Amino acid sequence: MTRHRGRGIASINYPIGMNLGGDPSQALVHSNPSGKFTVSLSSIDLGQGMKSVTRQICAETLGVPVEDVYVDTADSDTGPHCMGSFASRGTHRVGNAVMAAAKEARGVMMEAAAEELEVNAVDLETDGRGNIHVKGAPHRSISTKDVAIAAQFKQGKTISGRGIFLVPLSAVDPETGEMSPATCYAHACMVAEVEVDDETGEVAMVRMDSAYELGRALNPRLVEQQLIGGAWMGLSHALFETTEPYYPDASHGPRDFVEYLMPGPGDICPHDIAVLERPAADGPFGAKGPGEMCANPVMPAVANAIFNAVGVRVDELPITPEKVLRAIKAQGGARPQARR
Amino acid sequence: MLELRKDIFADERDDNFKEIGKGTQRQDMLGHVTGTSTYFNDHKLQGMLHLKILRSPHAHARIRRIDTVEAERYPGVRRIIRGADVPRNLNTLLSLINFGKDDEPTLAVDKVRYKGEPVAAVVADSEREASEAIAKIRVDYEPLPAVFDVEEALKAGAPVVNETYPKNTFTYHDIYDHQKLRFGDVERGFASADHVIEQRYQMSPIEHAPTETNGSIAAPDTNGRYVVYTSTQALFFSLDTCAKILDVPSNTFHFIGGTVGGGFGGKVDTLTEPLAVLGAMLTGRPVRYIFGREEEMQYGPPRGAERIYLKDGVMRDGRIVARKVRAYFDSGAYTRLSSYAVVKCVAHLPGPYTIPNVYGDVYCVFTNRTPATAMRGFGVTAMDFAIECQMDKLAHLVGMDPMEFRILNAYRDGDMKAHRREAKNTALIECVQVAADKAKWSLREEFERMSSRKDGGGVRAAVPATAADPFAPARPAAQQRTTYDRAAQPAVQPQPPHPPAPPPVSPTPAPPQPSHGAIRFSSVFGSRRR
Repeated sequence: MTRHRGRGIASINYPIGMNLGGDPSQALVHSNPSGKFTVSLSSIDLGQGMKSVTRQICAETLGVPVEDVYVDTADSDTGPHCMGSFASRGTHRVGNAVMAAAKEARGVMMEAAAEELEVNAVDLETDGRGNIHVKGAPHRSISTKDVAIAAQFKQGKTISGRGIFLVPLSAVDPETGEMSPATCYAHACMVAEVEVDDETGEVAMVRMDSAYELGRALNPRLVEQQLIGGAWMGLSHALFETTEPYYPDASHGPRDFVEYLMPGPGDICPHDIAVLERPAADGPFGAKGPGEMCANPVMPAVANAIFNAVGVRVDELPITPEKVLRAIKAQGGARPQARR
Repeated sequence: MLELRKDIFADERDDNFKEIGKGTQRQDMLGHVTGTSTYFNDHKLQGMLHLKILRSPHAHARIRRIDTVEAERYPGVRRIIRGADVPRNLNTLLSLINFGKDDEPTLAVDKVRYKGEPVAAVVADSEREASEAIAKIRVDYEPLPAVFDVEEALKAGAPVVNETYPKNTFTYHDIYDHQKLRFGDVERGFASADHVIEQRYQMSPIEHAPTETNGSIAAPDTNGRYVVYTSTQALFFSLDTCAKILDVPSNTFHFIGGTVGGGFGGKVDTLTEPLAVLGAMLTGRPVRYIFGREEEMQYGPPRGAERIYLKDGVMRDGRIVARKVRAYFDSGAYTRLSSYAVVKCVAHLPGPYTIPNVYGDVYCVFTNRTPATAMRGFGVTAMDFAIECQMDKLAHLVGMDPMEFRILNAYRDGDMKAHRREAKNTALIECVQVAADKAKWSLREEFERMSSRKDGGGVRAAVPATAADPFAPARPAAQQRTTYDRAAQPAVQPQPPHPPAPPPVSPTPAPPQPSHGAIRFSSVFGSRRR
């Protein structure tokens, strides 16, 4: 029995959203009389961090601390229309809608502050800590709370904003496939290192090194969470998962997590990630979205690493020990390729 | 560990922000880590009933008779729901964007087309009573031959899975059984190539495996409205789908969701909401319908299993000169969203590389298995697996380093993509360079120096001469029914063999259609007719 190590790579791009049917999202932003803002959405937080990333976008655009913004998701009576949380569209589409709504609300807030300070609104700026002051004269200042009170009870202004972001629908040419499927693309490259046991066919992950280009990491911790989790989903697809183990024979489908194979804590390996930011022209602060794409490079990188380790190509997922072992036997033993 | 490479593309960014770029703790972190976040299933309503589904034991069978007499008398049973009770039983999800024909019943009526297809629902006082009553329903089935392989399903004489699409393929642009991509001349490319290889790749059906299974709770509200707590990934998509199926105005519903225990694409299909609401309408009580784990794994939709044939021509120096793709998406018994993924897949060809000749035919195929749906990377993941395994084989074939091989063929700013749009804002080369650096994988200096921002465009910006396919069939009479009206389905006409080629047809936008029930998100898709 020998364990062989090998490295494989894959590089990919991924479309942000899918606009063939037209792809809109809306957002509403409003302040209460204490200067605390609510973002109303019908978008969904699946755990990916929709609430948090739109909260930061709103706070940055308004020029207030993030603690002064709360995001309310998915109530059809209060949240305006959103297509939904899929196709890696959340950060880009909903983020842009929130940005537009926050810009409109900021415009009213600055007008109200200007009236209180008796200056022109264009001469004001926010300090990001809850105050608005005259540019170059920080002592001529008013808190966003006092502005909100004045707007509500004295000036009769609503510090609120509406936002929509729409990628218009794109027709598809029946003959050539000409179309505009997306406005921007994220990118990735992964190097996977594996160890293959030529007696059992088992594949163990040794490490992953990757680079992801996402336009802008709006919240690097959320990005890291997505990339780490997504890579493990990709690894799980590569080596373990299927609802039909003998596809296209539909029998022997797993019914629970005992029968459905997934990697456990013992299968985890180090993953070193680099994030690159090439801002998208139409992204909120240039952001694209890390959502779906981070699982994609892992499957081929692992398959290519297995070839590098033992010289067999398994072109059907998942790459189970049985498939690896049969392929090794078929070629008369492991044939490690050049180390790299 | 995550490292931000702020040094790369720094001249394209302004990094002067107060909140953006900070690793601020999630707004919902405290609730999640203390187990106090509210999910749909945390709503326990007074008098709540429970809905369970009788599912087909056959992959394909005619339903001769459904006998619910004994089940109706079973203790605790409030209501049995059958297909005839559903106001608009037949639906297709993407009718909300006017794409495709209604092809899937909420509850099967005359036929079942996959093992696990819902046949009847029981609403009872407890889950146990609902499950026991399910066992008392007698269904007389006549098993039919089934087809499980995408290529078998396309053969003449294969069992017809779904009568809405009698050829077992989704219909594109009213005329084609696949979506085409044509860019340049692949055959000439293969003729000029030093090596040509063709390979077959197979993706597997995969479960989304969310911690929280699909489910919803619907309850009568005041003034004739219904409140619906749901795990959906797309609130208005689900709301509008319910409005259509139940044939009521969309403002009948107050949908509440937004905090979901994992989706990954498996919570777009609106699997539970229509029956939960219908149960509430028929009983006047709150009704909960939640998938068990086995239902989630076997009868909830999986990632579809694409089969891909990839043929490439490559030169000795490593340049890929032609790529031809034939791919089959296994949609299962109904369309759901696979028709859309096919188009997304075609747009993705030939991967992030500039190849002068690209050809694609991608099919959405019906088989007698659980309908597939969206999953992370929908339409792209399997193609990336195929393309990137193929890239490794090609690099090996020409004796090139696989990293350098990718940099050589990578798309760059200004290049023409195969879907005929200019590549902008590209960064594949930089990702490969940085990943190589991270992995201590040395690249030759000339490849270290290459850039997405250099040497693109020019001759690479041109759309190559592309011949039209011979024998493009003429359009048959309108058969793409996309309205919500319950008009009789027009008979599907056989396509005439090899009619004369019509002049190329450019897409013409259809006029907006009257909206009934649900809101229309858009009025046209491609050049479909009604």
